[in-house]
Amino acid sequence: MVTLTKPDFATEENVVYCRPQAFSDATTHYCPGCTHGIAHRLIAETLDEMGLAEKTIGVAPVGCSVFIYNYFETDFVEAPHGRAPAMATGVKRVLPDRIVFTYQGDGDLASIGMGEIMHAAARGENISVFFINNAIYGMTGGQMAPTTLPGMKTTSSPTGRDVEMQGYPIRMSEMISKMDGAGYVVRRSLHDPKHIRQAKKAIRIAFEVQQRGLGFSMVELLSTCPTNWGINPVDSLKWVEDHMLPTFPLGDYKVAAEVAEIKA
Amino acid sequence: MAREMIKGNIAMAEAAVRAGLEAYFGYPITPQNEVLEYLSGRLPQLGRTFVQAESEVAAVNMVYGAACTGTRVMSSSSSPGMSLMMEGISYIAGTEIPAVFINVMRGGPGLGNIAPAQGDYFQAVRGGGHGDYHAIVLAPGSVQEAIDLTTLSFDLAEKYNSLAFILADGSLGQMMEPAELPEMRPVNRQDKGWMVDGAPGRPRRILSSIYLDPLEEEKANLRMLKNWQTICANEVRYKEYYLDDAEFVVIGFGTAGRVALSAVRAARAQGIKVGLLRPITVNPFPYKAIEELLPTTQAILVVEMNTGQMLEDVQLAVRGQVPVEFYGRPGGVVPFADDVLHEIERITTAKLSVDTDPRMAWLDRALATG
Repeated sequence: MVTLTKPDFATEENVVYCRPQAFSDATTHYCPGCTHGIAHRLIAETLDEMGLAEKTIGVAPVGCSVFIYNYFETDFVEAPHGRAPAMATGVKRVLPDRIVFTYQGDGDLASIGMGEIMHAAARGENISVFFINNAIYGMTGGQMAPTTLPGMKTTSSPTGRDVEMQGYPIRMSEMISKMDGAGYVVRRSLHDPKHIRQAKKAIRIAFEVQQRGLGFSMVELLSTCPTNWGINPVDSLKWVEDHMLPTFPLGDYKVAAEVAEIKA
Repeated sequence: MAREMIKGNIAMAEAAVRAGLEAYFGYPITPQNEVLEYLSGRLPQLGRTFVQAESEVAAVNMVYGAACTGTRVMSSSSSPGMSLMMEGISYIAGTEIPAVFINVMRGGPGLGNIAPAQGDYFQAVRGGGHGDYHAIVLAPGSVQEAIDLTTLSFDLAEKYNSLAFILADGSLGQMMEPAELPEMRPVNRQDKGWMVDGAPGRPRRILSSIYLDPLEEEKANLRMLKNWQTICANEVRYKEYYLDDAEFVVIGFGTAGRVALSAVRAARAQGIKVGLLRPITVNPFPYKAIEELLPTTQAILVVEMNTGQMLEDVQLAVRGQVPVEFYGRPGGVVPFADDVLHEIERITTAKLSVDTDPRMAWLDRALATG
């Protein structure tokens, strides 16, 4: 049962939307049309629904979502760039009965933090990772990311990502799914309500996997960056569907046998 | 507890366990491997946390995470590995939380070698990581002292919410000598008002090293410096040998200080009025103790296993009042007591000047003798 923060005029009957209790009363710094807000909200709603907010420690990344800790009522620590899975390991190993999650962008997780994420997965660290893939560096001003699509223009690939010179995008969910320590690895998208609902289900499963001690869980969320893509918010959603989905197909990449029972 | 023959690395590891170490994260590197190997068996036995990380970069961030929960946590490494840890160390400093690191120094720079050295003095004492911060740095000169200072490092780190380093070297890590371990202390994790643990029934806590507003970061820098000022006032430690009537003073830390002590004893046997000051805390440095020796001191000899790093701190204390001379063996070479004795004899007979650059004069001598 979702417990919602209701304004005075709200009644059980007329409330259709309000702030989850796991959210703080803060205005986010995100650009118009950015899907970080949606991802944050899905996590907060899930923590509310599962009654986990008072036993959760989040690990913030470096990137646009560096200030995620301002928007949650949970405890948070702030990791160096890419090191969130290592920091989460430190927290979780000494507090194994708490819920520990990282929230990381593509530069943080798939570039500078590649070592930390792969080994956290290989060790089967019992943490949940929410991986925001929008194919670009946001905070630093739109440079090429490890997930930037071939041909995609960024401020550091001004003529478009040339795979001959700059290599290919990295598909993290596919790679991490090969780790024996990974219990649940899926890719979802935030580009329309149907996919957002599917993303929320995956976030819930990831936390359940952690609660039951079934190993490393990661939900990759395809996301927008209208500002740095140079596309308006509505067209950005369409751009995810048209351009990102073919390179980053949605799906369940690793669902361990015990995890499959949760889903059913 | 009885005295027993114990290897430096294992002694420090067990001392940490007995001081209430709850979690260790590390990565193999010679010559500190026995710390990691020993704890890989010992900590799980006690139901405590041990993780062999994929790199020193990951290890230090695991330490950072565990430190945020108020847990007694440490890592250990050797010179190249410490360089990799400097990112996380700066973050821990900026978050103003306690953590302990043991550096069993080896020859460098670069990959260097695995022999004992003291080339990381600047890295430990002057910062190492980016930004303005200060760390407590303890330099043991024996296995017993390595045990005692490991225990002390946790207490100081927690008392001041500070980083504490044990600056040992490959010789101390690898040698066996008789030493006594303390009794096992109970693990004592208390809510210190800042640690994160999931916010049960209290407002959330955020631990970070971010102050986006420069004025806030400035305040944080001043707060950290104020804390350091208190540490400097309370925690300077050093040992004095034969200084009561000494006309000449040798200054060395750790293994170099230990070798220098043998040389001082040999010189005393010859009737030379020489003593030794061995800094235990190289940060905070015993400037005042050195200043107080100056009125009765004719010259100072600094002995280090590097090209003259602590030498600069001695010069800061001396401020040109008496001649300072230097003898160093960098690159993984441990000086013989006879070599230091020869240097003591030299400073007692040679005409010395306060205007000589001790490091460059030593370099000329070192290169001339090949």
